[in-house]
Amino acid sequence: MAKNVVKVNNLYKDYQTAAGAITVLKQVDFNMEAGEFVAIMGPSGSGKSTFMNILGCLDKPTSGEYTLDGHEVAALDSNTLAKIRNQTIGFVFQGFNLLSRVSLQDNVALPLVYSGINKTERQARAKILLEKVGLGQYIHSLPNQISGGQQQRVAIARALVNNPRLILADEPTGNLDSVTSEEIMVLFSELNADGISIILVTHESDIAAHASRQIRFLDGRIVQDVSSKDQIDSSKEIKETKETKEAH
Amino acid sequence: MFSAMLGEAWRAMGANRLRTFLTMLGMVIGVGSVVLMMAVGQGAQESVKDSINAMGSNLFIVLSGSSTAGGARSGSGYSSNLTVKDANAINELEGVSNVAPISMGNAQVVFGGNNWSTSIIGTTPTYLDIRGWELVDGYVFSDSDIRSATRVALVGQTVVDNIFGDNDPIGKTIRIKQNPFVVLGVLKSKGQSLDGRDQDDTIIIPLSTAQRKILGNQFAGSVRQIMVQAATPEAMPMVEQNINGLLNQRHNIREGADSDFFVRNLTAVANSAAETTRTMSLLLGAIASVSLLVGGIGIMNIMLVSVTERTREIGIRMAIGARERDILLQFLLEAIVISIIGCLIGLFLGISGAILVNKITQAAVVISGNSVMIAFAVAASVGIFFGFYPARKAARLNPIEALRYQ
Repeated sequence: MAKNVVKVNNLYKDYQTAAGAITVLKQVDFNMEAGEFVAIMGPSGSGKSTFMNILGCLDKPTSGEYTLDGHEVAALDSNTLAKIRNQTIGFVFQGFNLLSRVSLQDNVALPLVYSGINKTERQARAKILLEKVGLGQYIHSLPNQISGGQQQRVAIARALVNNPRLILADEPTGNLDSVTSEEIMVLFSELNADGISIILVTHESDIAAHASRQIRFLDGRIVQDVSSKDQIDSSKEIKETKETKEAH
Repeated sequence: MFSAMLGEAWRAMGANRLRTFLTMLGMVIGVGSVVLMMAVGQGAQESVKDSINAMGSNLFIVLSGSSTAGGARSGSGYSSNLTVKDANAINELEGVSNVAPISMGNAQVVFGGNNWSTSIIGTTPTYLDIRGWELVDGYVFSDSDIRSATRVALVGQTVVDNIFGDNDPIGKTIRIKQNPFVVLGVLKSKGQSLDGRDQDDTIIIPLSTAQRKILGNQFAGSVRQIMVQAATPEAMPMVEQNINGLLNQRHNIREGADSDFFVRNLTAVANSAAETTRTMSLLLGAIASVSLLVGGIGIMNIMLVSVTERTREIGIRMAIGARERDILLQFLLEAIVISIIGCLIGLFLGISGAILVNKITQAAVVISGNSVMIAFAVAASVGIFFGFYPARKAARLNPIEALRYQ
């Protein structure tokens, strides 16, 4: 079980802008074992979203190594990357990103279309997952007919439909009220208990508290990496930073 | 997977029905006009071809030259220097399959209380073979009728309509310039010739009878024209040359002097008419094709708008595992579905239009499987060709930028 799912070594990411090159990620080292639940925190512009995009094989680092499941990602072609996004990783976004014209069942089944699975099985698997997230009675509804929390559940069901080993969630509760956020986090904890690795970006420390490990980004660097063993210390520190932030 | 993508294309088209319909309209008009123009053009070609077939194939006509009497020059065909013997001699030439000497003129025809002025053709039974002219009733006179100059006649449909009315013409006696003739047969209707003459307004009688009783030629045995049919189109130049040589020799025309006859290649004239119609119908098709091109550009335009509008959707699809070629196929399929449905509607309208043209103007139209298939293939290629650029643009989007797109 000690096998590393994600292994990042000395990662840099530069962006070219009109004002010249800016370095968004500097010297990032990060390892994650299978079954871990990691929360990434940090202020806006600290590089955490860029880091998630690189982890999710949507973006490539300027330099450094990224190994996913033992594969050096930089060496893979675009079709293999698409296959990884399809089968190894499940994405959950802040804005849900469901297709608005498509039924919940078809939304959840969409990744299976790109895995070449036949329609009967696609529909069956989508139905099972919608039932699992508590939306079994809405399978034929459209996304705009259900609430935001329910839409995020649909998005989680879609992320799970191909049995991924890793879920990447970019501020999944950012658009939700605190009660619904809590429900979503309980769902993530259950998935983690089933053995799925989760990396989650959030601004809120009580959301991050659900994770077994918290990482803090600042100016493109990882400045803090705390596991749940020494949670008492870290939570204090996080609270302090939050207060400092609010004071501004 | 393919059927799932077809479903996606269908759903995307349904999301903006008016726009899809207007895009399709470009294809509908393009395909419709191509089908209509091809139908009308081919119809015109067919009717010219029918006229050529009605005339007979590989034909020459030998006309006697002009004569000069007391300073007045007559037109060609009025001197009496072509003879039945010339015709027989031509028949012996290599490459000649049929020869028919012809004398002709106009005469008044009477049956019962009706009378009618029509053209009288005096010739041999071979004439009917050359022109591919059949009878609808009765039988053709024989060579022995020619030898004994019997008074028998074959009547054309227009003559039948004008003097017989409801009577059955077979076996009836008509009077041509007061001479009684027995009607042996009724000619099948040939319709108009290329120059618009009514070919059915005629009576055919044995050559010898015509010369002796009706037309009254100056010299016995002379004919106005000799119709010559070559065995094959390839043999025609050789036959023409041989006829010239033979007649110059028979008529004692010295080298360099003017001939007293003309050889006309009727098939060449007809072929040039056919060529003209063919060019015309090609031109019509080319003009119609331009509208097909415009329709294709309309598809490309709308697909580009669609890619921009659905950038975020493309980003989502890429994030959950769509490969570049999946996105490419999705948009390409949408363009192809639009063009094929547009093509089907266009085919339907084009064919209906062609039938309507036929009903209103009586012009011949031909809807061939070929033209339908060509229109269909062109429509599908237009869809692929003009759909490819927008689809590739979609497939090459950067997933992160696409996801951030608002």
